[in-house]
Amino acid sequence: MDFNSADISAFKNVWVFCEQRQGTMMSTTFELISEGRRLADELGVELHGVLLGDDVDGIAKELGGYGADKVLVYNSPLLKDYTTDAYAKVLCDAVMEFKPEVLLVGASNIGRDLAPRCAARLHTGLCADCTHLDIDLDGYVNFLRTGSNLDVDNTKFETKLFDINSNLKMTRPAFGGHLMATIVCPRFRPAMATVRPGVLKKRPYDEAKAESVEIVHPAFSLTAEDMKTEVLEVVKASRKLVDLIGADIIVSVGRGIAKDVAGGIKLAEELAEELHGVVGASRAAVDSGWISADHQVGQTGKTVHPKIYIALGISGAIQHKAGMQDSECIIAINKNEVAPIFEIADYGIVGDLFQVVPELIASIREMKANK
Amino acid sequence: MKIFVTVKQVPDTSGKVAVKPDGTLDRASMQTIINPDDLNAVEAALSLKDALGCKVVALTMGPFPAEGMLRELLAMGVDDTVLISAREFGGSDTFATSQIIAAAIDTYGVDEDDIIFSGRQAIDGDTAQVGPQIAEKLHLPQVTYAGGIEKDGNTLLIRRMLEDGYMTIRVKTPCLITCIKELNTPRYMSVRGIEECFDKNVTVMNYDSLKDHPLIDRTTIGLNGSPTNIYKSFAPPVKGAGMMLEGSGKETTDKLVSLLAAKHLI
Repeated sequence: MDFNSADISAFKNVWVFCEQRQGTMMSTTFELISEGRRLADELGVELHGVLLGDDVDGIAKELGGYGADKVLVYNSPLLKDYTTDAYAKVLCDAVMEFKPEVLLVGASNIGRDLAPRCAARLHTGLCADCTHLDIDLDGYVNFLRTGSNLDVDNTKFETKLFDINSNLKMTRPAFGGHLMATIVCPRFRPAMATVRPGVLKKRPYDEAKAESVEIVHPAFSLTAEDMKTEVLEVVKASRKLVDLIGADIIVSVGRGIAKDVAGGIKLAEELAEELHGVVGASRAAVDSGWISADHQVGQTGKTVHPKIYIALGISGAIQHKAGMQDSECIIAINKNEVAPIFEIADYGIVGDLFQVVPELIASIREMKANK
Repeated sequence: MKIFVTVKQVPDTSGKVAVKPDGTLDRASMQTIINPDDLNAVEAALSLKDALGCKVVALTMGPFPAEGMLRELLAMGVDDTVLISAREFGGSDTFATSQIIAAAIDTYGVDEDDIIFSGRQAIDGDTAQVGPQIAEKLHLPQVTYAGGIEKDGNTLLIRRMLEDGYMTIRVKTPCLITCIKELNTPRYMSVRGIEECFDKNVTVMNYDSLKDHPLIDRTTIGLNGSPTNIYKSFAPPVKGAGMMLEGSGKETTDKLVSLLAAKHLI
């Protein structure tokens, strides 16, 4: 196929790879479509969703509701379950045929398998696990005013090497959240990014746009011979997983519950229940085997931004802060008055969580009773 | 049959991390360690070696001090090591890095029954991209996020972890597998291994050793061959200090609840 990733003027439109599992759209896809809409508007181009699966037309319309102009649907029994080979072939062939200038993929365990494979085949750049994206330079500079330690007014943003205003600026944490880096891909297209789930906000759903979205089925070739792996089974976790990302209130436990692990977790659960929230945990609590990994908040766990984040006995390692510092209101309860968590807390109480939490629960109950 | 393991020496980001005023990392003041997920890849290789008696080859790309890390791997039971090091390779992003490591593996020679193990991701960049990109460059199948590995004839059965469960995948060799920390518990160096590691081999592959390989081209390696560039780097902002509530009794929690209620948070 005639494809040259360095011929950047041949590329147009923003694409989002729309990940579905067992015919259900992953909620990250809607975050990506919402963000892709903004980027497409800044570039003055269209936003297209690319949906691969087996008989998945039924879930294509919804993408329009979040902002897609068009959805390219690729149906095949061979695309029923995710495999690297089949998905990479269909997605790369589609990119080579239609030449999008930006391609966004969710940074799930599947997206982070697919995207690097495709970027290598297409000979283009990929930025992993982004937490912020910009096209317009003004928007990027405004983001840096509050999102960085840079002296923005004395920083040079223009460069002779490429047009910074039309290139996707992909920002991500590095070194466990100690540093942030903004990456560009100026010489090749599409500029590719995987985007961390839970970070970008969904737009309001627009019923009229969902009805008017254009759904197309481009021709493609895929045979069993293209696939070198075989999926023998797909097993869903039997236990209900904790929905940290969607939670409004999170009560997290850390090393501070060590003296009575079961009691500490029970207190956190009671407090969470009182506030209709869920229980999270620091890496220390997960690594100690006190609570399962799906509760983990932080650089290696989930990124959350609830309305209220209550940290019980969490010292606030930078990896943990990276996953929760954008919460609307952070409350820290810790025996150690110099714990770093207090540096980012809106409200701090120095004290033993085993004493403070029961009192806090009592205070909340009283407040409710007096309403 | 042999097993390749790709490893990386990284700054220990769990310890004290020093950031220079210009927003870049003060690497000189930081400890280096073997990337944690790579140790799980090494253990996966050594476990198969224990069972099957095959050879294990560790490869790393980096500056010369990385040789010390390779000696540690030899002391753990790795049989042969390759240090890929050249000024021309410096500044490579994941695309260019995978190009070079794939060329080195191919130069060493991949047989029909060989396996490549990589760690899921390195803690300095957290990209998880180099493993899959090496597989693509070598035209090998990949399985990422391996939480269980079983050899079955000339295939591997991999438990591939997902956020909401797992898949069981059968893959034929040769193939590349990326390993997560739940896969195993890495072993320590043995006393005998430490005694013998200085007699074992560290092969250096530099630009001259690899320059004739089709994957190696000035336009696909190093800083100039990297599709991505760092445009800006900076430290995240420090959030202003909040309010410390005096005391830890019921009066204090009452006050907290009324503050939250006043802001309509509860």
